[in-house]
Order: sequence, then structure tokens, then C-alpha cells
Amino acid sequence: MSNINGLLTLKLIGFSFLSMSVGLLFMGLGRKVTARIQRRLGPPFYQAFLDVFKAFSKSSITHNYVMDLGMIMALGGLIATAFFIPFAGYAVLGSSSIVIILYLMSIGYLGMAMGVSASGNPNATIGISRALALMLGYEIPIVMIVLAMMLTYGSSDLLTFATAQQGGFANWHIFKYPLGFLAIEISFQAMLGEAPYDHMIAPAEIASGPMVELSGKYLGIGFLLHAVQLYVETGLIVNLFLGGASTWYVFLLKQFAVYFTSMCINAVMARYRIEQGIAHLWKYAGTLALLQLFITRLGVF
Amino acid sequence: MNKNVYMTNLRDERQNAWEGILNYFRKRSMWMLYYCTGCGAVELPPTMTTRFDMERFGMGPMATPRQADLLLITGYLSVKTLKRVIRSYEQMQDPKYLVGFGSCPINGGIYWDTYPVINHLEMFLPVDMSIAGCMPRPQAILDSFEKLRDEIQEGKAVGYKRYEKHYDWYKANQDKVLNREEAILQPWEDPFADKPTLEALQAEDKIEKGKDK
Repeated sequence: MSNINGLLTLKLIGFSFLSMSVGLLFMGLGRKVTARIQRRLGPPFYQAFLDVFKAFSKSSITHNYVMDLGMIMALGGLIATAFFIPFAGYAVLGSSSIVIILYLMSIGYLGMAMGVSASGNPNATIGISRALALMLGYEIPIVMIVLAMMLTYGSSDLLTFATAQQGGFANWHIFKYPLGFLAIEISFQAMLGEAPYDHMIAPAEIASGPMVELSGKYLGIGFLLHAVQLYVETGLIVNLFLGGASTWYVFLLKQFAVYFTSMCINAVMARYRIEQGIAHLWKYAGTLALLQLFITRLGVF
Repeated sequence: MNKNVYMTNLRDERQNAWEGILNYFRKRSMWMLYYCTGCGAVELPPTMTTRFDMERFGMGPMATPRQADLLLITGYLSVKTLKRVIRSYEQMQDPKYLVGFGSCPINGGIYWDTYPVINHLEMFLPVDMSIAGCMPRPQAILDSFEKLRDEIQEGKAVGYKRYEKHYDWYKANQDKVLNREEAILQPWEDPFADKPTLEALQAEDKIEKGKDK
């Protein structure tokens, strides 16, 4: 019991709220961006907050306790990942090991898989099997890029990668590892489930996949899941490639720049079939990442 | 005893204030499920896309009844589709709202004497808003949604509560057409002549409300 630190607990609670609200803000802004591309006015930028509040005010149906536990496990796993992402050069737990981040990120998906499969709807099962298959597609390029950086710096700390890029644009990894950045941008589309990799949530095809049986509060948790996921994944890319940031607003701006690119691609692309999607990820993102790995190793030796 | 009365009143008031806050969120974020039974669905794409842009008001299409707040009946309803509509409506979570498009859900429209088509949707499901016209243009649709938002804020759009309270009445009406066995060969006659009207039920609701106060 003596290990429980009051201040740290407060910080962790604050951080989880920060990750959720940043993600929700980005979701609203992303809808606005899509709307402007389609020449619409779009919803107000705080629309995602309204949606979540409304979802939590509705009555909801649970199918069994596995569904409840699965949703909580998913949200908990993702929020735990958010603690390890350095926010503007500050890691709340003191550690920001990329190995832990990659490990915890999959817990979110596994919890989601457990929760929505328990609902018994075949569409949900199809959706989640697609999500897990796609995970196989994008995790291999990401791990290869991370491996290249770990070999270069002899460390697995995300903060080390971020601080190594300090001192101007030229030091950013986006210019040092351009192939790796392209690979991770492609993988990022798949991680977020945006087009052309939106097999998981295909509203007209499998009735929004994992979300099909989620009602009211469960849908609210689903929204929060996406929000935290957004925060984690944009934060990962900013720290890996865009030089991190020393102030919070620069960090947020960089995060939004990453998401903005993703939304622009999402607005103009169509959907692949699932096997095309995985093949595409391995062929292009995988090849780029592998090339980057070889080039990095040759440069070191 | 006085204390108790005071407490009850306070709690009611607080609950109402809280409901008012929730209603604000409900009206600003309505997710709809549209049941494209008839021609009314044609008017929805222009309402949703560039020209009229429904998303300005936080409204958007949803894939399943579980996620939706608003069920749109866009056109005439045959007996077969009525069964599915009832099922979809009952799968939705409270609070839920139902909007009938065009004249067909109001009185049968041009299909009023057709044997497989039902004439009055409000006999089977609680309709929160009807949009007259054949078909209503996007302007009319947006106008009616604005009205619906006002009603939600004032706490008047309580169709789902009415459905819960008078479920027997609605269920009997549904059974009457869904479990119909005799062939319809004779000239059309109102199958609901012996039923109390919806107005009578609403009047009853009002009297009971008065009794509580």
C-alpha cells in the first residue's frame, strides 16, 4: 500500500482525461476537415464531445458480463498505452519503452475483440476478425522501423528517439528515414481504420462491424476507445518521426498535422478488400520498412 | 412530513434540470436510421450532402438500430415491412424518436385503398413527428427536424414513453394486421373502428398527469 503515490494517481487520472479529450477534439476537427473537402459546412468542432455525452445518457443493452469486461479491458489497455507516450517530452511514468507501447496497444484490440464477439452478432465477429487480420499487416512494418531506430540508438526509449531529433528540421527522422516514414504513414491509415483500410468499420457492408451491437453507453466507450487510440498513434508518430516537441501546443499541432494528412487521404480513397489490404500493407509498407532497415544498418557499419 | 414533501419536490426539480441538460446533448447529436421503404429516401441524399448538409446539426446516418436515436420511415409501409419496422424500433434504445415522411405514414397517401399497405402509422408505433407532402422537400425535412429538436429540448418528444405505457393498445393493433387470416376481398373498411383513438389515449394521459399534481 505504501507504494501508492497520491500525486502520481492524480497525474494518471489527468493524463487519461487529457488523452480522451485530445482524441475527441481531433475526431471533431477531422469530421470538419472531411466536410470541407466535400464542400460542406460540417459539424461544430466539439461535436464528438456532444456525441459521447449523448451516448452515455442513453439506456443500453448488455449481452453478458464478458461484453462489459471486454469493453473495459479495451479502454484500460489503451489508456495504459497512453501513459507511456511522452507528451511534449514528458513521460508520466518516467518510462516510455517502445516495446511496452507495442505490447499494450494490442491489448486494446484484444479487449475489443473479446467484448464484441461476446455479443454474438456475426457482423461483429467478421469485423473483429478483419481488424485482427489487418493488425498482422501493419505491425510487421512498424516493428521493422522501430528495430531500425533501436539499432541506431542502442535504446528502446521513445523519449531518447525524440530528444535525438532536437535542433532544427534537419534532424527530424522524417528526413533521416524518409522510407520508414512513408511505411509508417501507410500503416497509420490501417491502424486507425481509415480508408483505404476501413474494412473493420464498413457501414454499408457489415453494418459497422465491431460496433454493430454497441448501444448507448457501450457506443460511448467505443468512441472513447477511438479517441485514445488516435492520441496514442499520432503521439507515437510525432515522437518517432516529427521530432517530438518541448511545448504542449507544438506537440498538439504536430499530432493534428499527422491526423489531418490521414483524414485527407481518407476522404478521397475507396476501400480495398480485406485480402488486398493485407497484401498491400506487406508489399508496400513492408518493403519500404525493410529497405529502411537495410539502409540504416549499412549506414551504421 | 413537510420535510418529506420538500425533499420529494427538490428531487423532482433536480431530476428535471438534469434531464434538461441531457436533452441538450440529445438534440445536438441525433443519429438516424432510415428505413427506405418508399420514395421518401430519394430526398435524404440531398439533405445529407453538400447543398443542405444535415451534419451541421450533428445528425448523421448510423448502420444499426442499436446505435440510432431517430428512426425515419421514408414512405409507404406494407404489412410485411411494418413487421420489420416494429422490430427495428424495439431494438433501439431509449430515448428514441420516430419520424414519418410524406403523406403515406399519415393516411396512406395514394395507396390508401391498397390491401397490403397500412394507412395510419400512429396506430402501430408512436410517431413523434410527421412531415406532410408527397414527397417533402429537403427544406421541409430540415424544418421538421428543427421542430423536433425544440420538442426534445422541451421534453415533449416522449413517443417511446407512450409506447411503453400503452403497449397493450399498440400490440393489439399490430396483431390485428400482422395476424390477419381472412382474405381481403370485400370493399375497404376501417379495421380500427372499434378501437379508442389516439386522441382519447392522450387525453387520458393528460388527466392522469393532472391527478399526480
